[in-house]
Amino acid sequence: MNRNAAATPLAVTGLRKSYGDQEVVAGLSFAVPPGTCFGLLGPNGAGKTTTLRCCLGLTAPDGGDIRLAGLPVPAQAPEARHRVGVVAQADALDPDFTVAENLLVYGRYFGLPEATIRARIPELLDFAGLAGKADARVPALSGGMKRRLTLARALVNDPDIVFLDEPTTGLDPQARHLIWERLKALLARGKTIVLTTHFMDEAERLCSRLMVIDHGRAVAEGAPRELIRREIEPAVVEVFAESGEAPAVPEWARAHAGLAARVEVVGETAFFYCRDENPLLAALAGAPGLAYVHRAANLEDVFLKLTGRDLRD
Amino acid sequence: MARPYSLSFPRPGRLWWPVWQRNALVWKKLAWTSILGNLADPLIYMLGLGYGLGALLPAVNGVPYIVFLAAGTVCASTMNTASFEALYSAFSRMHVQKTWEAILNTPARLDDVLFGELMWAATKSLLSGIAILLVMLGLGLIQSPLALAVLPVILLTGLVFAALGLIVNALAPSYDFFMYYFTLAITPMLLLSGVFFPADQLPAALRAVAGQLPLAHAVALARPLLSGELPAAAGGHVLALVATGMGAFWVAAILTRRRLLR
Repeated sequence: MNRNAAATPLAVTGLRKSYGDQEVVAGLSFAVPPGTCFGLLGPNGAGKTTTLRCCLGLTAPDGGDIRLAGLPVPAQAPEARHRVGVVAQADALDPDFTVAENLLVYGRYFGLPEATIRARIPELLDFAGLAGKADARVPALSGGMKRRLTLARALVNDPDIVFLDEPTTGLDPQARHLIWERLKALLARGKTIVLTTHFMDEAERLCSRLMVIDHGRAVAEGAPRELIRREIEPAVVEVFAESGEAPAVPEWARAHAGLAARVEVVGETAFFYCRDENPLLAALAGAPGLAYVHRAANLEDVFLKLTGRDLRD
Repeated sequence: MARPYSLSFPRPGRLWWPVWQRNALVWKKLAWTSILGNLADPLIYMLGLGYGLGALLPAVNGVPYIVFLAAGTVCASTMNTASFEALYSAFSRMHVQKTWEAILNTPARLDDVLFGELMWAATKSLLSGIAILLVMLGLGLIQSPLALAVLPVILLTGLVFAALGLIVNALAPSYDFFMYYFTLAITPMLLLSGVFFPADQLPAALRAVAGQLPLAHAVALARPLLSGELPAAAGGHVLALVATGMGAFWVAAILTRRRLLR
C-alpha cells in the first residue's frame, strides 16, 4: 500500500445506486481522514446502509468511485476487507458457540492462523469488558454484552478502519455509554471509524465530521459544532400548555412568530428558533398557563430542519 | 442499469474452509443427536420394510429384499441429509441468524460461503452414509470390499443434492417453502428412482423420465457396488451426476448473489 492510499482510509466520489426506479444513493462524495470518526446521519431509508454496503463491496454501485484502504471497491473489496472491521445492525453472533469460539471462528475468515487468533482473544475480551466471559454461551449474554462481543469480533483482524451501522440501537443508556467510551478508545489508538446513526447525541459525541443524507443525497456536511452554528439559530424555546385555561399554543405561536427567526408548530408544542430569545422569554413571562423549555440548539434541531419532521417508516 | 451481481461460474478461494470448519464445530457440539436423527429414520425404514415386507417377497433382482433395499436406503439417506442441510440449516444461517451476512463482512466472498456450505452438506451426508454402511456391515449385508467404492458415490450424490438444495434455499421466503420441494421433488424422486422397488416396474413412459433423476443415477452406481459388482455404464451415471451438481451449483450461486448482493 502506498503512503497516499494509507492517508485516506475511505474515499467515495459520486456514488450512485438504484433499486428499480428508486435511486437510493444519488451521487454521494466524501472522504474520511485517518484516525477520525465520520458519521453518516439520516432518517430511515435515507441510504445509509446501502452506502455502507457499497463501501464494503457487498453490492456493486451503478456509478461512482470507491477506494477503501487504498484499494478500488468492489474490484478488490475482499483484499480491502482485510483491513476493515464491521459491526452490522444485527449482531449475527453464533448462538451455538461460546464467546471465545465466536472470536476464533470469525478470525479464521480473515485467513489468520489459529494461534494468532487465540493469542488475541484475551486482549479483545478485555477491551470489550467481557473478561471472564470467554466460556459463556451467547444466549446467556445481555444485549449490551452481545453488542460488545460484536465489536470485539470486528477487531479480531486488528483493522485500520471500523464500520459501525447503528451500533447502539436498542441498548440501555449504560450500555450505550460503554460502547461510546470503547469507540473513543479505538480513536485514541489511531483507528478510523465510519458510523451510521440516527442518534444525534451519539454523532455529536463521537464524530469529528459528519454528513446528513436524505433521499440518497447529502444535505449538509461538516463538524457537529460547525453544522449547528451554520445551519440553525443558536437558541431554541419549546412552548407548550401547562394547564387547561392556557391559550391555545398554535394561535399564540402564530401571534408571536415575529419574536423568533423561525417557528415550527408540532401538535400542541411550538418550537421557536431564535437568534435573540430575550423578547420571546419576556412575552412568555406575561402569558399565564404556558410553560417552556429554553435550551441551546443541538444537532437534532439541525437534523429535523434539514430532513423534516415527517415520519419515515 | 447494470446488473449488480455476477453470472460467472462460482470461483471459491481458500476461505471456503473456515466456513466448513464453522459448521463442523456446531455439528461436533450436537453430534450425538445429529447422528441419531440421521441414522434412526433410514434404519427404521430399512429394517422395518426390509425384514417385514421382505418376508413376503421372493428375491428381488436376485438378492433378498433387505439387501436390495439397503442399497437404496444409503442413497436416499444421502439425498435427505444433504437436502436437509442445504435447506433448513443453510436457511437458518443465511436468513435467520445472519451468519452469512457476518461472514461476508470479512475477506470471505459469497462463493466461498456457498462452496463451504456445499462441501459441509456433502460431508454430513457422507457421515450418515458411512453410519448406514456400518450397520449393514454389522447385519452381514455387505460381503465385498467393492462396497468401499460406494463412499465416493455417496459424496458425489451428497454434492448434487446439496447444490440442488442451495437453489431452493436461494429462492425461499421462509421455511414453509421447503415443504414444496420435499413434496414435489424429493418424495417423487424417492419413489421413482428404484430405492424401494426396481425402476423397471414403472410404466415405460415414466421409466424414461425416472432414469434421468439424479437419485436414479446414484442408485444405479451404489446397488451393484454394494453387491460386489461393477456397475454397468458407470461413466454415464457419474457424468450425469457431475453435470447436474455443477449446473445446480452454478444456478444456486447466481440466485444467491441476486438475493444477497443486490
